[in-house]
Amino acid sequence: MSNQMVKGNTAVVIGALYAGCDCYYGYPITPASEILHEASKYFPMVGRNFVQAESEESSINMVYGGSATGHRVMTASSGPGISLMQEGFTFLAGAELPAVIVDIMRAGPGLGNIGPEQGDYNQIVKGGGHGNYKNIVLAPNSVQEMCDLTMKAFELADKWRNPVVVLADGTLGQMAELLKFPKEAIEPEIDNSKSIRGTEETSENLVTSIFLNFDQLEDFNFELQEKYAKIAKEDVIIDEYQVDDADIILVSYGISSRICKTAVDKSRENGLKVGLLRPITLSPFPEKRIKELADKGAKFISVEMSNGQLLEDIQLAALRKEDTYLVNRMGGNLLELKDVLAKINEVSGGKQ
Amino acid sequence: MSKKSYSTEKVDGLDLRILRNPESLYEEYPRKGEINKTSTHYCAGCGHGIAHKIIGEAMDDLEIRERSIMISPVGCSVFAYYYFNCGNIQVAHGRAPAVGTGISRAEDNAIVMSYQGDGDLASIGLNETLQAANRGEKLAVFFINNSVYGMTGGQMAPTTLVGEVTVTCQSGRDPDFAGYPTHMCELINTLKAPVFIERVSLATPKKIEAARRAVKKALQIQKESKGYAFVELLAPCPTNLRQDARTAQQFIEQQMEKEFEVKRFRDLSNEREPKIRPVSDFSTEALDKIFDVSRENEGEFIDDSDMKLTSIKVTGFGGQGVLSAGLTIAQAACAQGKHVSWYPSYGPEQRGGNSNCSIVISGETIGTPVVDEMDILIALNKPSLEKFSKDVKEGGIIIYDAAIEGFETDKDVTIYKVPSLEIAEAHGNARTANAALLGVLMELSDALPQEAYEKAIHEMFASKPKVIDVNINVLRAGAEWLKNNS
Repeated sequence: MSNQMVKGNTAVVIGALYAGCDCYYGYPITPASEILHEASKYFPMVGRNFVQAESEESSINMVYGGSATGHRVMTASSGPGISLMQEGFTFLAGAELPAVIVDIMRAGPGLGNIGPEQGDYNQIVKGGGHGNYKNIVLAPNSVQEMCDLTMKAFELADKWRNPVVVLADGTLGQMAELLKFPKEAIEPEIDNSKSIRGTEETSENLVTSIFLNFDQLEDFNFELQEKYAKIAKEDVIIDEYQVDDADIILVSYGISSRICKTAVDKSRENGLKVGLLRPITLSPFPEKRIKELADKGAKFISVEMSNGQLLEDIQLAALRKEDTYLVNRMGGNLLELKDVLAKINEVSGGKQ
Repeated sequence: MSKKSYSTEKVDGLDLRILRNPESLYEEYPRKGEINKTSTHYCAGCGHGIAHKIIGEAMDDLEIRERSIMISPVGCSVFAYYYFNCGNIQVAHGRAPAVGTGISRAEDNAIVMSYQGDGDLASIGLNETLQAANRGEKLAVFFINNSVYGMTGGQMAPTTLVGEVTVTCQSGRDPDFAGYPTHMCELINTLKAPVFIERVSLATPKKIEAARRAVKKALQIQKESKGYAFVELLAPCPTNLRQDARTAQQFIEQQMEKEFEVKRFRDLSNEREPKIRPVSDFSTEALDKIFDVSRENEGEFIDDSDMKLTSIKVTGFGGQGVLSAGLTIAQAACAQGKHVSWYPSYGPEQRGGNSNCSIVISGETIGTPVVDEMDILIALNKPSLEKFSKDVKEGGIIIYDAAIEGFETDKDVTIYKVPSLEIAEAHGNARTANAALLGVLMELSDALPQEAYEKAIHEMFASKPKVIDVNINVLRAGAEWLKNNS
């Protein structure tokens, strides 16, 4: 059947293969390991490349090399491994190389535990490595989106020549749901004007992030910022549910956003105008839309599994701290419906 | 000398040889900037110029320029891409072998070279170096060992000799505090995969000729796709070691060559076969085949807001079929067009011996796949029965194996103590006890029909067809048991 029950981590590999990803380079870490396992199984079955790297530093640098050849390449990891990859992220951004990195977030800081969390938000959405760069960040909230947004990630990576992160968490990676398979596989075209492939045509090309001249490097930095502004203009993706007339707007992504929908329905049953704004792109962040809603006087509740990292971006976008609230869990715990309803109750002044 | 690095002209009846760069090195270096386009950025007396030239000449001789990709490291040779007339990439400190792996796997026909100094290769990049060598990557590694960090200003390197003075060992390297020089050829020679390992010296013209042969051999091995080759070049760094040309030469010959034996450690180029990697298949058909996707039969969700959400937890020891029993329920619900999620315990938790999974079945999109309180608990062992029975909702159901003795609860729940192991053993396969418990669940609830469970078992065991029948028989026997005992 073209619909199958699969795990979120498996769905990532399915999305990657149908998107024409040619190389998977990775290192094991719970709760992302099944991506590595499934890649090791399926990539060679269609003649594509798989290497189990010696570390996450090597994974991301293999990705850097693979990407330089113009092929679609990827890796995946979880918090501690993603921290190690930050060197590679900034080199990819600096050399303007497309790549897809999947982060199946676990609880931190330090070794933390392997439960789900969303504490990698800042290190992924804000950069994390050195320099003035940004990742593009996509946040799935279902097994279907684990597949679909992985495919989308490759498209955006190529479009903007920038690293794209699929930011998910342990629950999304581990759970199984029905997946509708992609309609068809993509055979990507390689851009010979930028890549180095060991061919005459590409032998003049250079991949580097060095600009010794201060002014040149400054110009390049400004160009990057222009690129990010364009991305923000063209590629913000939002999923809205009952937002237009809402007095209270839940803002949430990933696994946390799923209970929010139920919370909206329950609140509406009680006559409260509550809506859900789910950023599918966390970078670019839907700041324009949030500002619009803020100007209409909406109150915002950030529903997140981190310490207010998302809340800060909501406040920045709304240009105010008033009437913004946080309901969160950390340490591997998931938010429950009752937590969200209690916060809505508090914010609405006990009408529910 | 490479045949392409000079031309011959007749002038006044005499043959004149006009020397120039090999084709594989640029004639001018515009990437370097606008001034002095024909001189390198290296210091006078530095070994990099010689090393670049013999690599470039070997590339010419082997006619591999177009196929070549040079990896510039971090160190003085960070700008190697100013000079090599081929595909170039500059990489993070120490990561050249990982980047080289990424390139080589993606472009099987490319000839990939990394050019690294002692800090880059033997210190920060030691792991990458050894691992790429151990995988036998198709990579020629040129290791410039001049016993000192250059670019950053003369600090101690892994290869700094005992007693040698640098800015970070100002009284000379003291092995009690800073260890001994690292011998890279010897280290790599402990690995099986490398094809070629040689240490050469750039101290004298004669030794440079030997170095040229080693470099060419390493590239010949790449041309033939045979795998990993490592050439260590003992090189002068007069600037950081405060030497003139003569003392630099003496230092290499009298001190470095004593510590670092100049020799060919390995040459397996005649024994090794070319490694040719497969061609990628990007077709929809190939992927549909490996994932068993058929395009005709597309199941759809049937939204049904009247259906009550059902949450189930299956628990037991790992190996009792806990996860597969849960997946069977999920698959059965899926086949009926229900919204369903399945979520296992994972990681160290499962290695503790106990395992569990949660299934949520709904007529609508599922909020959370995590089940804290459940409608139905299926328990295959006592610890998990005791642990999770307190989370069963009032009015819920507990199904457990009759071999579990002494379980009591004061909750308002319906309990089914099923002789699942006996039923399974009666069918000749004790490992199918989980199917007997599923049979009871099937009989209890009319939410999912028998065909859905049986179809799910077919899908679950598609790769082990032998056990499909026994699982289905035990499933039916479980249902039968409930009919006779309720």
